[in-house]
Amino acid sequence: MSSVVIPPIYRWSSGQKYYILYVRSVNKSYGSSTEGSRMAGFTGTASVVGVFEHPRERVHQGRRLLALEQWAELAASALRDAKIHPSEVDGLICNDIRESATFAPATIAEYLGWSVGFAERVDLGGASPVGMVGRAAAAIELGLCETVVCAAPARPRPPHPNPSRAAWTTFGASSNEWGSPQAEFEIPYGNLAQNAGYAMIAQRYAHEYGYDERVLAKIAAAQRDNAQLNPDAVFYGQQISVEDVLASKMIADPLHLLEIVMPCQGGAAVVVTTTDRARRLGRRPVRVMGYGEQLSHKTPTFARSLVDIPLREAATRAIAMAGVGHSAIDAVQLYDCYTITVLLSIEASGFCAPGEGLDFVRDHDLRWNGSFPTNTGGGQLGSGQALAAGGFTQLVEAVRQVRGEVGQRQVRNCDTVFVSGTGGIMSEQTAVVLQGE
Amino acid sequence: MAEKMTALRPVKPLPVPTPTSEPFWTALREQRVEVQYCEECGVHIFYPRSHCPGCLSSPLVWRTVSGQGRIHSFTIARAPTAPLFADEVPQLLAIIELNEGPRLTSTIVDTPLEAIAIGVSVEPVFDHRDGAVTLLRYRVSER
Repeated sequence: MSSVVIPPIYRWSSGQKYYILYVRSVNKSYGSSTEGSRMAGFTGTASVVGVFEHPRERVHQGRRLLALEQWAELAASALRDAKIHPSEVDGLICNDIRESATFAPATIAEYLGWSVGFAERVDLGGASPVGMVGRAAAAIELGLCETVVCAAPARPRPPHPNPSRAAWTTFGASSNEWGSPQAEFEIPYGNLAQNAGYAMIAQRYAHEYGYDERVLAKIAAAQRDNAQLNPDAVFYGQQISVEDVLASKMIADPLHLLEIVMPCQGGAAVVVTTTDRARRLGRRPVRVMGYGEQLSHKTPTFARSLVDIPLREAATRAIAMAGVGHSAIDAVQLYDCYTITVLLSIEASGFCAPGEGLDFVRDHDLRWNGSFPTNTGGGQLGSGQALAAGGFTQLVEAVRQVRGEVGQRQVRNCDTVFVSGTGGIMSEQTAVVLQGE
Repeated sequence: MAEKMTALRPVKPLPVPTPTSEPFWTALREQRVEVQYCEECGVHIFYPRSHCPGCLSSPLVWRTVSGQGRIHSFTIARAPTAPLFADEVPQLLAIIELNEGPRLTSTIVDTPLEAIAIGVSVEPVFDHRDGAVTLLRYRVSER
């Protein structure tokens, strides 16, 4: 194998001892992806053949459907895009559905009339969509199934007839159940939801490497520029400048309002099948060439480091598995709940060394036609975050770029795209390399 | 109707100890900070657990520490992290690294905003709530 070394994972923080290991492992992993060398893993047997994503809306204006009904609608749309009949589906991957807190896959299979040989509920927060495609490809590579639908509904349901039963937690992604470490040691101090956690990550980055708020603002502005060519984006028609970002309200220092995704409504689905079959469907197969995921904590207080994020291992593995060098990647679709997430993801994915992200972004044009095309459809910062379906925004754009069907914002000769997913507060992270055949 | 509204109004959550974590909260009530220690690994551990997250040995021993540490990171939340915490805005949330190594989440109190910085030394402030549970907050001890 290559020189890629995946350092051991340290699951908790224990002060100085641990920091030394962190520095050493960074030096080892940076720049270690070597052109042409492949590690064990995917062989390109699986391809994405169908995608569908609802236009993002601040509040859904149309008819309201149950999550199960939305699943059916999303699956039907993605299968139509793939030109595959629903009766041929033999795998499904979901996340939450409100109608069934447990046994979600069986409930969905029954509702949609499917009998599947592979089913899974993925629970990786915003990293789930990329995680779903990784799992679908793994199952197909292993021959467990042939055609998998992955979907995440994210539109409101019809009003509950008994509102008191519809009570929903105000603790977001944090668990307030008795015995949950978050319930006992985080929530009572007000450390919940996402803004404060990402803000503390950004503050720590500033302490370790320096900070330039104009560079972070540039990320938000560039993605908004990309969204101007995407009518499905919630901010279509609303360009912003670096000055606009810096003039927006400070939410949690150093994060401004316009550096934070706008929650909205939508939903998306993708279809993954064998590349053999994909070739017969008449459209360019988008092969799943490499995948990685990494997680070690729920709350960043207990992360090995606030700035050496789990995506480092996930991306290193995905890129090595794909056997491509960074220079062969034509565009990146990086999970972008906050501008700091994009900055750290560029570093963790090996496009520059740790601490060099500010210079990298300063020196590159992140727009669709720039020197480092990033979140070419606007990403979630530019198009809105469709809740649990948010991570699909990156995936769907990647597939459409490789298929050459995004019109004005098309990256020239776009063959290979790197996609990342992030859940929680840089807790669970996933990475996939997609490549057109 | 008014009664019903009161009953439904959510209250700010306080810690509810478990059998494993009880010694930590009992010590805080008595103005001491106790954290667990793994004799196999030679490391202090936070939050309280049944098994060491380094070697899964059990049980862990409790040690009294000063509770002093440094700010590892912080933020000033100018919009409440949740509606229940609107009364605490601006929330001075921080990750504290204890002198013994482990990190914990807390808030900074009794400290002017300009004194809060990564790396500064902090000391415990025992915040007795409702006479039942004591939260471990921090103040900057060096200026």
